[in-house]
Amino acid sequence: MTPARKKRLALVVLMVAGVSVGVSFALQSLNQNIMFFKTPSEVRAGEAPADRLFRVGGMVVAGSVSRPGDGLTVQFDLTDNEEQVTVKYTGILPDLFREGQGIIANGRLDARGDFVAEEVLAKHDENYMPPELAEMHKAREAQQ
Amino acid sequence: MIPEIGHLALIIALCVALVQAIVPLAGASLGIQRWVNLAVPSALAQLLFVAISYACLTWAFLAHDFSVLYVAQNSNSELPLIYRISGVWGSHEGSLLLWALVLAGWAGAVAVFTPSVPRVMRARVLGVLGLVCVGFLLFIIITSNPFERLLPAAPEGSDLNPLLQDIGLAIHPPMLYLGYVGFSVAFAFAIAALISGQVDSAWARWARPWTNIAWMFLTLGIALGSWWAYYELGWGGWWFWDPVENASFMPWLIGTALMHSLAITEKRGTFKAWTALLAIFAFALSLLGTFLVRSGVLTSVHAFATDPERGVFILGFLVVVVGGSLALYAWRAPLLKSAAKTELLSRDGALLLNNVFLAVVTAAILLGTLYPIAIDAMGGKISVGPPYFNLMFFALTAPLGVLIGIGMLLRWKSDSIARLRGKLWLPAVLAVVGGFGLSLVQPQWHFAAAAGLVMALWIALTAGLALYDRVRGRALGSALRSTPAGFYGMLLGHVGVAVFIVGVTLTSLYTVERDLRMAPGDTYSVAGYEFTFRGVRQYDIHNYTATRGGFSVRSESGNYNIDLFPEKRIYRVQKMPMTEAAIDAGLTRDLFIALGEPLDSAGTWAVRVYYKPFIRWIWLGALIMGIGGIVAASDRRYRRLVRSRAGDAAANEAAS
Repeated sequence: MTPARKKRLALVVLMVAGVSVGVSFALQSLNQNIMFFKTPSEVRAGEAPADRLFRVGGMVVAGSVSRPGDGLTVQFDLTDNEEQVTVKYTGILPDLFREGQGIIANGRLDARGDFVAEEVLAKHDENYMPPELAEMHKAREAQQ
Repeated sequence: MIPEIGHLALIIALCVALVQAIVPLAGASLGIQRWVNLAVPSALAQLLFVAISYACLTWAFLAHDFSVLYVAQNSNSELPLIYRISGVWGSHEGSLLLWALVLAGWAGAVAVFTPSVPRVMRARVLGVLGLVCVGFLLFIIITSNPFERLLPAAPEGSDLNPLLQDIGLAIHPPMLYLGYVGFSVAFAFAIAALISGQVDSAWARWARPWTNIAWMFLTLGIALGSWWAYYELGWGGWWFWDPVENASFMPWLIGTALMHSLAITEKRGTFKAWTALLAIFAFALSLLGTFLVRSGVLTSVHAFATDPERGVFILGFLVVVVGGSLALYAWRAPLLKSAAKTELLSRDGALLLNNVFLAVVTAAILLGTLYPIAIDAMGGKISVGPPYFNLMFFALTAPLGVLIGIGMLLRWKSDSIARLRGKLWLPAVLAVVGGFGLSLVQPQWHFAAAAGLVMALWIALTAGLALYDRVRGRALGSALRSTPAGFYGMLLGHVGVAVFIVGVTLTSLYTVERDLRMAPGDTYSVAGYEFTFRGVRQYDIHNYTATRGGFSVRSESGNYNIDLFPEKRIYRVQKMPMTEAAIDAGLTRDLFIALGEPLDSAGTWAVRVYYKPFIRWIWLGALIMGIGGIVAASDRRYRRLVRSRAGDAAANEAAS
């Protein structure tokens, strides 16, 4: 090979190697950081991952919000109109968190099967319902 | 009557855009001079009609014309004047109209400010921009008419989303759009060049200032959005890897790659095909961003009201634009043979590496952003967490930071390791010693802090060295004056990166966050400051009711005292609560207090107290980068008239 070709080959090899390292790195890291979305029914059915963060979404059950203790811990029930999951969270709830509203929480299950949230998200929209729930509602309405 | 004029003006603008798209492009290909000459007047006429239409919608907001559906949905008679003006782009229809106005504005600017570009080339560029205008105007007229009437008229409007009633967010979308849409100019230049088969140094010189300015707006737009999220969402974060943030960040990354690639194409006449491809991708990612935000496929704080029909239209538009451009590219790119070879150890090589890294980072972010959508299509529900994005971003940009310092001191064409070693050992040693030294005076030692500070110092020192190299051995004043603006722009851009790195490093490692339960009279100590809660009071202001908390803050040494008043607002029309944080901003730290919620009847509140060191440096860095962009665009050589290619090449050699 001519020196020019060698150089070009080296460049191409370098780029291919770099890109493939990057891609494998990316895919691996992606796999570790995926959060699954589960509805309360799925959580009750034992479909939630045991050892990693996941998301649960639903409507806050009216009258279920309570503050046990004198700290910032708050507890409420989340429903998809079929099953309920109790969510515990320590910290400040978002502005649009209200009973009857749709929210999403990130966290994991504790030994009692309650969901311990690290983060609670409410959409910045009055009529927000988690899209996954909205789809379920639509599907159910279509069935009836 | 006036809304109908607005609607009519929009339809006329569409017709003019059709003329602007078809006639000059046909004229340029067929060699019909009169058709070519139509490009400039049609672009200006199109700008005029879109501007009339936009003015009509603004008038409807100012005059409280609640018979216009869009105004009734997004305004209110109590809404302050400034938010009635910014309310025009407060929701979908109006923000698209703003988008069209910005697009027409860019086309008008190209028509007026490109005297050095040959007529045929300019006609093609304007023609391509016309095609994009046609797409967007059709989109507005078919799916999102902002002038739709509401009969009977609403007695009162349902008010602008309270989140948008803020000065930061009032100017964030126009800035962002100026950037997003600005890449359409680089795109149009690339397409025009592919049609004519002429991608060369002169072409790159025409396209560069436009790319720089668009990039500058996008930089500032993203920074404003981040700043707004910081103080308005009440969580004190500045970046969330939210899909919509990613949607604006990806064109920024590719735009950054494009700026650097254009530099090689201009100086050395190489990487032509790659540069054209980047220009296509920068604009394609801007369109993808629009699609993601407007189609409802994303779950995001930004995706307010969405509509599948609109998503389908934008997706179709995206497919046509990207598919068409890539087909044209595949057909024409073989014509774009590079004139010179590239050595890896040269500024050309360093810029190439920069492009590779930026492209890979973009691909990684794109993967993380689209992956949930792909899984969704297969019936699963997932989201990708910030740790993925953080890891990818920092792992891939760290080498880029090292490269910035080396690249600034490399020579074009080819360089030697010995020369480079002689230059770089001193800044390298100083950066390592200084960075480690500075990391030791932080509250705790972290390796990441040392790494970030070393990197920032490295970039700043090499930028200083690059400037010193230019003026060494010459009279300082004249040497500084004869240095081209493009060089200063480059230095500023990189110094901005250094400042940004300091901000990100120190903020992420040394932020102190406390969620507290505070009764009136309680005092807590956070990061060397004592926060005393004095209770809350109610106030009625404009269109909202505020619960205002009083806090006294004093430093433990006692020589710094300030009162802060965070608010919890209820906007009366939409009954929407909003947290208005109180921030004591400073160059080296911010103190941030936000009210959570009342916990009992005795006036106890959940309170969020943050100590955020060096967070301002994040936006300061972005601001410096933006200034760098505009300084680089002001370079005199972009305003020179066309000369012979040989003369250009000689001038380039001299300038580099």
